[in-house]
Amino acid sequence: MSSDEPETRPRQTIHDSTAPSTDTRDSRIGEGVDDRFNSKLREAFGASPFILTKFDEFMNWVRGNSMFMLQFGIACCSIEMIHTYAIKHDVDRYGAGVPRASPRQADVMIVPGTIVSKFGPRMKRVYDQMPEPKFVVGMGSCTISGGPFQEGYNVVKGAEEIIPIDIHVPGCPPRPEALIYGILKLQERIQNGESSPVVVKPYELEQFGDLPEDELVQKLADEIDEDDLVMRYNWADSP
Amino acid sequence: MSTGIEQTPADGETLTEDELEALIGDRAIARDDHMNAPGFVVNPDEVQSVLSDLKERAGYDHLSSVTAQEYEDRYESIYHLKKYADASDEVSVVVPTASDDPVSESAEPVFRTADWHEREAYDLVGIEYADHPDLRRILLPETWQGHPLSKGYDQEKPQVVTLSEHANPLESDHRESGGESDTMFLNIGPHHPATHGVLHVETVLDGETVVDVEPDIGYLHRCEEQMCQQGTYRHQIMPYPDRWDYVSSGLLNEWSYARAIEDLADIEVPEYAQVIRTMGAELCRIASHMLALGTFALDVYGEFTAIFQYTFRDREVVQDILEDLTGQRMMFNYFRVGGVAWDLPEPREEFFEKTRDFLDELPAKVAEYNDMVTSNEIFQTRCIDTGVLEPEVAKDYGCTGPVARGSGVDYDLRRDDPYGYYENLDWDVVTRDGCDNYARVLTRMEEVEESAKIIQQCLDLLEDWPEDDREVQANVPRTLKPDADAETYRAVEAAKGELGIYIRSDGTDKPGRFKIRSPCFSNLQALGEMAEGEYIPDLVASLGSLDIVLGEVDR
Ligand code: SF4
Repeated sequence: MSSDEPETRPRQTIHDSTAPSTDTRDSRIGEGVDDRFNSKLREAFGASPFILTKFDEFMNWVRGNSMFMLQFGIACCSIEMIHTYAIKHDVDRYGAGVPRASPRQADVMIVPGTIVSKFGPRMKRVYDQMPEPKFVVGMGSCTISGGPFQEGYNVVKGAEEIIPIDIHVPGCPPRPEALIYGILKLQERIQNGESSPVVVKPYELEQFGDLPEDELVQKLADEIDEDDLVMRYNWADSP
Repeated sequence: MSTGIEQTPADGETLTEDELEALIGDRAIARDDHMNAPGFVVNPDEVQSVLSDLKERAGYDHLSSVTAQEYEDRYESIYHLKKYADASDEVSVVVPTASDDPVSESAEPVFRTADWHEREAYDLVGIEYADHPDLRRILLPETWQGHPLSKGYDQEKPQVVTLSEHANPLESDHRESGGESDTMFLNIGPHHPATHGVLHVETVLDGETVVDVEPDIGYLHRCEEQMCQQGTYRHQIMPYPDRWDYVSSGLLNEWSYARAIEDLADIEVPEYAQVIRTMGAELCRIASHMLALGTFALDVYGEFTAIFQYTFRDREVVQDILEDLTGQRMMFNYFRVGGVAWDLPEPREEFFEKTRDFLDELPAKVAEYNDMVTSNEIFQTRCIDTGVLEPEVAKDYGCTGPVARGSGVDYDLRRDDPYGYYENLDWDVVTRDGCDNYARVLTRMEEVEESAKIIQQCLDLLEDWPEDDREVQANVPRTLKPDADAETYRAVEAAKGELGIYIRSDGTDKPGRFKIRSPCFSNLQALGEMAEGEYIPDLVASLGSLDIVLGEVDR
């Protein structure tokens, strides 16, 4: 039967004609004028399809909505951080879900755990490697004060002793919901163009030769090179 | 004393205490018995001969831990020996050294694993070991002043830490002989996605082949032992174990402390609480093995989208159940000395149903993992016959847990040194003979199934438990003060292997010495054996298959 009336076969009509098939489009648009490109937004703006804004504000808005996190696992909190990235909590919903393995590609560093003396200089180095502008979320009580290990001989009493921190998320560990809240708060701050408060950071990387001469420095003099970078911890002054 | 077969006792044959005494003879200057093991005091220059006699002639082939401590008048190193064939058979060798000149013979020539253990003892307590191949600090930075767990250490003194240990590997002088040879140094970590935390692996390459691996640890040394020594037995220590092996193995860790202190203070735990403990611990084991699998898949073939997310989906379920039970997702703090904090959540039926649902779905999920991971060709190519760890080597390094069992070492404390309710349940110890990365992964997968079996039985028991007999805690005095100078070393089978605690009581309500024997610490030592002669990606795979947690390695 079909061989009798070849022109009724669907493929055939397309094949034989050079005109574009518009069936799908027609059925989508329906009757009347095609106003698909007139979005609600455009209607609101009226005839001019332009938005006037300050460039800074625009950049802040962009930054806040596309944060590249640094993949940075330190201690127990990092497990909850992974849970925040993973299924169920899925922080990608907020445009912040692609952990970058290299600090040079990251905007935001979540510090998830206890900082000890040996790791302090390394964390500082990783932070320095991130391009500006950069933001830091301190996750867990360890990054606030040293947390449960505050009295430890080897534990830095809070990450803020070494790098500036924008948002503190308390908890041990904070639940993923709490971390998401922290990230949203950070987005809000970035969008408003607020940066972290200036804090006094007692621990900095310095060249060994620049340290004030004291008993300890004299003792270490033959072990450490003059221009090696070092960090000096003054435990007695720690909170 | 050499390798003569007639001198090695057949499996199961044990020397009595008298025979042991005769074996050591007058090298023992005194006896210093611990609660669960006879202890012999020997002179610092006879450590090697005594240990090798114990190893070769009495079958104590597992040096599970080395504890160092300082007394008012002396230093002391304690070697805790066990048998792989019979974990409940223990003996301690106590080596006192003088306060002014703490030098003792190293046990490294007899047990390879003593290498790191003695370095730690040197680092934290300050005992020096003659003959040690490489005695330097292990947990603290090289430039640290003083030994923090020794008496009279002043925590307030400033310290200087350098960054140079972590020099840039791409600098020209990191190639030997000016770029002509193929030898290159490579730093992996301490901030690197494949190191599972903050581990630094110094690698020497010849062309593409790994010729030397030196893990550099201590980037997460959080003074756990000091914290425990500052806490009271009754309440203040229990929160810390959760933070040793933090990948949701909390309850397993808490059990190690609970077991040690219950042994020391002679506390009988009610049976009902033991069943709850057993169930909770196995749930933790499942969560922990899931993470091991997910991160391993991520390491080996960059699987971030499917396997990684699937394992985290399943972990979420386990964490939900545990949260119902304990009130927290990770840091449970649920065990109490003498029992658990509270009974199962009400309504009980709901809890049982939720847990049973999880168990019912588990076989399908395991099948899915097998489909996607273990029968995946790429995965197999990466894992089979890489990272080989021979059983004898594993024993020499004191490996335990899935790492040892993947090498055919049949050692599981749940069965060999029974505690909790495991004895009365029906389950099997999983061992595999592959000795490679693949075998270790399969061991973990099968252990998940065994754990599910255990949980199932616990649920049945708990459901039918008579209502008037649901006692969750023994009667424990408000302040615990075990007898002065009582010492004990007790271990449990944590997710990664033998997690042991040594406690010496000094008569107060806080421990005189609290030492943690962490399975990851010993397992990580074997990395060199597994990775040398292989490629960098195989090194990463081996590291992943060891399933280390830096919180537990560094403590
Ligand atoms: S805050 Fe608590 S959970 Fe987080 S790293 Fe510190 S101890 Fe671990």
